[in-house]
Amino acid sequence: MTNPGADRAQDTSNQGQRWHSRLHETLANGAFAVTAEIVPPRGASLNGIKRIATHLEEWIDAANITDGQGAVARMSSWAGSIGLLQAGVEPVMQFSCRDRNRIALQADLLGAAAVGIPNVLCLTGDHPRFGDHPDARPVFDMDSVQLLWTARTLRDEKHLLSGNKLSSSPGWFIGAVENPSAAPQRFRAERLGKKIAAGAQFFQTQFVFDVPIVERWMEQVRDLGLDQRCGIIAGVGPIRSLRALDLLSSLPGVYIPEDVAKRVRSMPPERQEQDAIDLCSETIQRLHEIPGISGVHIIASGWDDFIPEVLTRAGIGKRGERDKVATPTAGKSPSGGRNSAD
Amino acid sequence: MYEHGVSKQVSPQPVKPRASARAMFRTHRLVEPNFVWRAFARFAEATPPIYKVFTWLEEKMKRQLFGCSMCAQCALPTTAYACPQTCPKQLRNGPCGGVFPDGSCEVYPEMRCVWVIAYERAEETGHVEDLRRLVRPIDHRKWGQSSWINYWRGRDEGLWTGDDALDTPASL
Repeated sequence: MTNPGADRAQDTSNQGQRWHSRLHETLANGAFAVTAEIVPPRGASLNGIKRIATHLEEWIDAANITDGQGAVARMSSWAGSIGLLQAGVEPVMQFSCRDRNRIALQADLLGAAAVGIPNVLCLTGDHPRFGDHPDARPVFDMDSVQLLWTARTLRDEKHLLSGNKLSSSPGWFIGAVENPSAAPQRFRAERLGKKIAAGAQFFQTQFVFDVPIVERWMEQVRDLGLDQRCGIIAGVGPIRSLRALDLLSSLPGVYIPEDVAKRVRSMPPERQEQDAIDLCSETIQRLHEIPGISGVHIIASGWDDFIPEVLTRAGIGKRGERDKVATPTAGKSPSGGRNSAD
Repeated sequence: MYEHGVSKQVSPQPVKPRASARAMFRTHRLVEPNFVWRAFARFAEATPPIYKVFTWLEEKMKRQLFGCSMCAQCALPTTAYACPQTCPKQLRNGPCGGVFPDGSCEVYPEMRCVWVIAYERAEETGHVEDLRRLVRPIDHRKWGQSSWINYWRGRDEGLWTGDDALDTPASL
């Protein structure tokens, strides 16, 4: 098999696999970053992923491939990420602690680096209780903070948790997630700090429908100086119909405030899609104004044309056409963070 | 024991501690390692029947108070005495992102997230700083041992970082 990442820029000076991360570069340059979320298929073909990737290529910096999201079994995130690489889109491999113990976590992390995946997003993962295999054994041998810490150890200290040396070390850009609307809200900025201390260099958030919550959270993040040490990408997405409203409201961690729900309910069916685009584009514009927010992560849930439409509507445009956000910050640069590789 | 059809061992349920954090912080001073406790720990480890009885008593007490499942690497002093092993995902470093805005657990919505409980207790007693420490993964060989004896024998020292590790990155 040919290495799907072989044509990608690679810095060989560290002997290990240090793939170029465009997402890292975008955040370091202070440009507004856009990432998309792609759910891998319940099937054994990469064609769907490649089709979406080709459709979105000029609009996004990178795309996430989810890892058994909602505890539903689908194609693995590393395989989906290879599909993205083959289609010319940079992957962010989501990687959860739910299904693997620390041996498998480290093994898959090394494998991801070897095949050319430049960004890994370390999560705890959804509990199997509400997935399609509620009879499965939840593993949770480590939590997300410990997984971030492990990824950083493999990369920077070049050894396994056991202490055994690596023959070559990986070079990812390490990401984490946060949910500013989850309780206890007062602890959410400090939890961001824990993840940064463990190794996180960028964050993607859960869906934001309530901008004031993010404003308050970012105020705490800035007070702690944490915005200087990471890129923060806010999650957004459309509420396309009343059914979507019900579905999203029922997801743990997703908070839809009453005024937003009212607005969606008051729309006649034929205007719902247009208003979903308007609402999301307004959210993006408001998030863009918040100091320290460095981009948006768009979760379009299978609506392929949504991302180009909402980015055009919000005035963000294609990847090459974007304005810079306020100021690039130290933590976002490849060598600025105290926890970074070099 | 088998509510929801899932063994608590595999998927624990949040437990609200039955003792106040303030009382527990005070009690902790009595069990801090000193000459007597260290000597007792060595003696108990050398005398299996004593170790067994002591561990049995510890389990009874801590199960009743905190829902302890005997991981033997007790995190209670850093979590305002709410046991993180009762989190269904057994998270040692704080709440997951699925906690509902009202503080209920994402996995068992009828229960309160144990980390929300921990945070409130830490806030009440001025111990929020403790929650910022990075907690290392547990050693699964130790299940069923006495965490008090492990503590007195100095085996708990690497369980978490001394501070938030933001200024000086800590090794895992």
